[in-house]
Order: sequence, then structure tokens, then C-alpha cells
Amino acid sequence: MTLNFPTAFILILGGLILPFFSGSLRKLCLIFIPVIAFVHLLILPTGLHGELQFIGYTLSSVRVDKLSQIFGYVFLIAAFLNAIYAWHSDDVLQQSATFVYAGSAIGAVFAGDLITLFIFWELTAISSVILIWARRTDRAYKSGMRYLITHILSGMLLLIGAIFYSKSQGSIEFTSMSLDQPGVILIFIAFGVKSAFPLLHNWLHDAYPESTEIGTVALSVFSTKLGIYALARGFAGTEILIFIGAVMATFPIFYAVIENDLRRVLTYSLNNQLGFMVVGIGIGTELAINGAVAHAFAHILYKSLLFMSMGAVLFRVGTVNGSDLGGLYKSMPWTAFFCIIGAASISAFPLFSGFVAKSLIMSAALYQDHVLVWLVLLFASAGVFHHAGIKIPFFAFFAHDSGFRCKEAPLNMLIAMSIAATICVGIGCFPNLFYMLLPYPVSYEPYTSSHVLSQLQLLVFSALAFAFLMRTGVYPPELKSVNLDSDWLYRVFLKNLTLKFQQHIFQLYDQACHKLKGGFWGLCKKIHRHHQPTGLLARNWPTSNMVLWVALMLASYLIIYFLQFAV
Amino acid sequence: MLERIKGILIMIKKKYWLDKKENITKIYIGLWTLGILLILGDFVIHRHEDYKTAEMFGFYGAYGFVGCVILVLVAKVLRKIVMRNEDYYDT
Repeated sequence: MTLNFPTAFILILGGLILPFFSGSLRKLCLIFIPVIAFVHLLILPTGLHGELQFIGYTLSSVRVDKLSQIFGYVFLIAAFLNAIYAWHSDDVLQQSATFVYAGSAIGAVFAGDLITLFIFWELTAISSVILIWARRTDRAYKSGMRYLITHILSGMLLLIGAIFYSKSQGSIEFTSMSLDQPGVILIFIAFGVKSAFPLLHNWLHDAYPESTEIGTVALSVFSTKLGIYALARGFAGTEILIFIGAVMATFPIFYAVIENDLRRVLTYSLNNQLGFMVVGIGIGTELAINGAVAHAFAHILYKSLLFMSMGAVLFRVGTVNGSDLGGLYKSMPWTAFFCIIGAASISAFPLFSGFVAKSLIMSAALYQDHVLVWLVLLFASAGVFHHAGIKIPFFAFFAHDSGFRCKEAPLNMLIAMSIAATICVGIGCFPNLFYMLLPYPVSYEPYTSSHVLSQLQLLVFSALAFAFLMRTGVYPPELKSVNLDSDWLYRVFLKNLTLKFQQHIFQLYDQACHKLKGGFWGLCKKIHRHHQPTGLLARNWPTSNMVLWVALMLASYLIIYFLQFAV
Repeated sequence: MLERIKGILIMIKKKYWLDKKENITKIYIGLWTLGILLILGDFVIHRHEDYKTAEMFGFYGAYGFVGCVILVLVAKVLRKIVMRNEDYYDT
């Protein structure tokens, strides 16, 4: 039997059989399924596998090369960490959905053609929405519904685009494309939805923070990075991505500063980090693509770590609103410690993963003379430290003491966080080992004295700005609120428009009914006038009536007869 | 709720190092000292930059500080425009 089947099947099948086990057997499966999948991925030889014919096209369900491999590895590491993080939970629905979700994301990454990509693309949408609904609240249900509609639409765009593309190209292979035909533009938008491009982004901030403490960790890993992978595969070097990425890297950080729900703050910084990757893909040089991929890899781990720490807070305290929290370092010192490691990594402190990954993109931007983009990214780097690096740990674990005294996070959560934290530091300390995984050969040295010094200056002065604004009282306080984003357009504006339209339609319908009714009664009245007991046609005996009609008929016959001669 | 009251009681009883205001000030001053030392580092290490303007003395410190202040000030204006009640979408 050949082992060259998609690794995705192991996870999806594992996820589907998980509910049939219980107790410690299920817990064992939780750990072993990702491990088996990882081993399978390691022994999968590079090249195209699992080819089959479908309506005249050749599909290849497994394409193993360096780009797909690195995404596969990090997705599996994340799935493994998720399994440990969810160890304490008895909610098999979430555990099962996480495996199916991770499996379908991996399936999509290894897809060699657009049809296979589409199938796994939709499967990620369906399996991930279960994680949102698993919160089992009305808000989560509605938010999940909006999320599902957006993602199914993205899949539909991908399918329609693929059909157009295959007609014009005669091939369905998922490879580098250029934005000069309608089919490709549709595919580009589909990828854009998944990667949370500006104005297509709101599902991310709407749905992720509504999920459970376990669900959000899994959600933060797969969908968006699948979008990034797809862009790297299909649209490397597409110049418009540089502009899109720069906007993505900046605008969410303004929202992050004023957002109260700390997990939502993390989704804004997630969006901002995706911006860096999109810029890297847009630049398209080997260094830039390496940077985007390295950043995606590092990002998955430190973002998981940050979401895990906030998940632990949610699990123990029951809220992650900045306005309610504070002083938790006293009750949850280890969680606070791991959160700070995640924060240092996302902020790209030297010796942490963000530093060695983000530098590649920044340098690539300068090598291609994108000075303005570089300045924007530098601002975004300072901003991400400001809101994710400082704000998250500060408001959750320090700031004023909220009086919450709870237990430290469960052991399994701490273990998952410690592994993620170790990898974050490991990548930061041994960049050359990490660079070996990247798609192209790397000759880049992140630890030069000027680079380390400049980065430390940037970060320390961003921290000083935060401290200065805090002490002078300029910093906006955490308030219970919602901030309108582009979702306002469909949640309020379009909704009201639809309701108004509906109202008009109903009014028109009522008027039409009224008129018809009036007409009908008018007709009835007319008939009644002539046929009522005293009416013209009811006054005589039926025989007399009949004579009248016969006379009329003969008269008309006569007229027609004469007309015949007249013509 | 009971847990929280208990917590507040413990809080009054047990004082941590960070609970004292003067210690916070110490950290604040320490951070400024660190910042100034790092800027002075420009005299020791000549930073080689691909973007020449960035070689200017104190470029990154100024960029980080001013950038973040602008970020917060703009965010405050943004808040005036986009902030709504918590149950805005539910009503």
C-alpha cells in the first residue's frame, strides 16, 4: 500500500472517530493523531502524488515542496499544541472539529490543483464555524453565521474563478498566476477574504473573539495563514499586494488601542501581522518570500501562545475585558510569564522569533527601494509592540488590581504554553536552523550590532511612549464598548436598507391588494345591479330573457352577413 | 462575587513589590535611563543602514516615541467616531 495519500486524511479521519472513544483512550488519541500525521508528513517524498482524472483535468491531491512542507509542519505543531491545550476539556465536539479543521487546512496547503484546494477550502470553513458555535451563546451563533457566509462566499469565488481559469488555461494546476483575467481576479479576492484584506477583514474581529478559550487558539492558526500560503503560491510578486499589506499592517493597530476585549485586540494585531506577510509576498523576491513564510511560521506560534494565555484568563476569570482585569500576575504568574514571552516575540525583541522573521521582510523592502513601505512597516512594528506587546500583558496581568484571585491555569494549558514559548525563544536564538526550513536558500544575518541596537531603541521608546501617556493620563482608558468597523455596513446599514425595502414592498403589495379588491367589488356590484330581483335582467321570466338573447344573436348574425358584402 | 471580595481582602493584607507607587516610579525612571543609554549607544556603534536617513542620531528612538504618541492620539479621535454602547448591535 502506498503511503503517498494526503496527510489531511489522518487528521480528518482522526477527528471523525474521536467521538467514539471516551476517557483516557480519547486523550491518548488527542496526542497521537497529530504525531502520526507529523511522521507521515516527514516521510512523504517531494513531488506530486495522488493524481487522478476528473472531467478531463488531472488533479493532484498532494504536492510536496519546500513551501507546502513548512506550512504543513507548523500547522501540525499548532494542532499538537492545541490538543494539549484542550486536554482538560470534555467537549469532544471542539476537539473533533479542531482536528478536521487542521486536517482540511493541511489538505489545502498540499493541494496541487484548484479543485482539491476548493474542497479543502470549504471544509475549513465548515469545520471552523463549529469552533465558534461551541461557545453556545446567542452572540456566538450569530457571529458564526456571519463568519460562515463570508467563508462560503470566498469558496464560491474560488470555484467560479477556477472554472474561468481552467477554461482559459486548459489546466487546473494551482500555480503562479497573474491578475490579467477575470477568473484570476476572483481567485485573488477569494484568497483576500481568507487573508483578511482591508474591508474584507471583518469576519476575523467579529467571530474569533466569540469562540471558546480553546476554539480561538485553533482559529487563530489556520484560516488566515492558509490565505497567506495561497497568496504566496499564486501571487508572489504581485505589486498591488505591497500596498494592500501596508494598509493591513497599519489600520488595525488604531483599533487595537481602543478595543476593550483583549482577545479582540489580539485579532487586530493578527491582522496587522498578516499585513507584513502580504507585503513580503507582494515584493516577491526570494528574500521577501522567505520573510513572509518565516513570519507566518513564527507568527502562528507566538499568536497561539498569546491566545492561549488569554484563553487561560477567560477560563479562570470568565472575562477578558481589559476594563475588568488587572493584577492577575499574583494569581497566574506562569500564564503571565508565558504571555510576556509571546508579547516579546510578536514585538520582535532580539532573541525572540519575531525578530529573526520580520527582519527578512523589512530588509527585502529596503533592498527593493520601497522606503515608504519600510517606514510604514516600522511604524506598524512600533505600534504592534505598543498594543499587543504592552497592552495585552499590562491590562490583563498588571495595571490596577481588579481583586480577582483565581487558580493558576490548568497544567495542560501551562505545558502547551511552555512548548510554544520554548519554540519562540528557540527560533529567536538559533535563526540559522530555522532558516533552513524556508523555501529558498538564505544568506541573512539578523544579529548585527546595528540591527539589534536600532530594534532595541525602537522598542524601548515605544514602551516609553506608552508609559509616558499612561502617567500623563492621555492614554485612553479601557471602556466597555463596541467599535464600529466595516461590519457596520452589513450589520446596520444594509440591514436597515433591506428592512426599508421590505417595508416598501409590503406597502406596494397592500396597495395593489386594495385596488384589486376594490375592482372586484365594483364588478360584483355591477352584476348585482342588473341581476338583483328588481334588476333589468332579472325582472322578466327566463323565457323572455332567452328571446332577448336570441334576438341579439340574430341581429349580430345579420350585421356580420352585411359586413361581408361591404368588405 | 464572594471570591472577588475574598481577593480584595487578601489584596489589603498582602502587598506585592509592584503595589507600591514609588516602585512603579522606579521602573519608569529605569526605563528612561535604559532608553537614553541605548540612544547614546549610537556614539559607540556606528549603525550601518540601507536607508541612509536612519543612520541619523537617535532616529529609531524618535520614530518609535513619536509614532506611538501619534498612534494613541489618532486612536482617541477614532474612538470618538466609532465607539458605541456595548449592546449597540443587540438592540
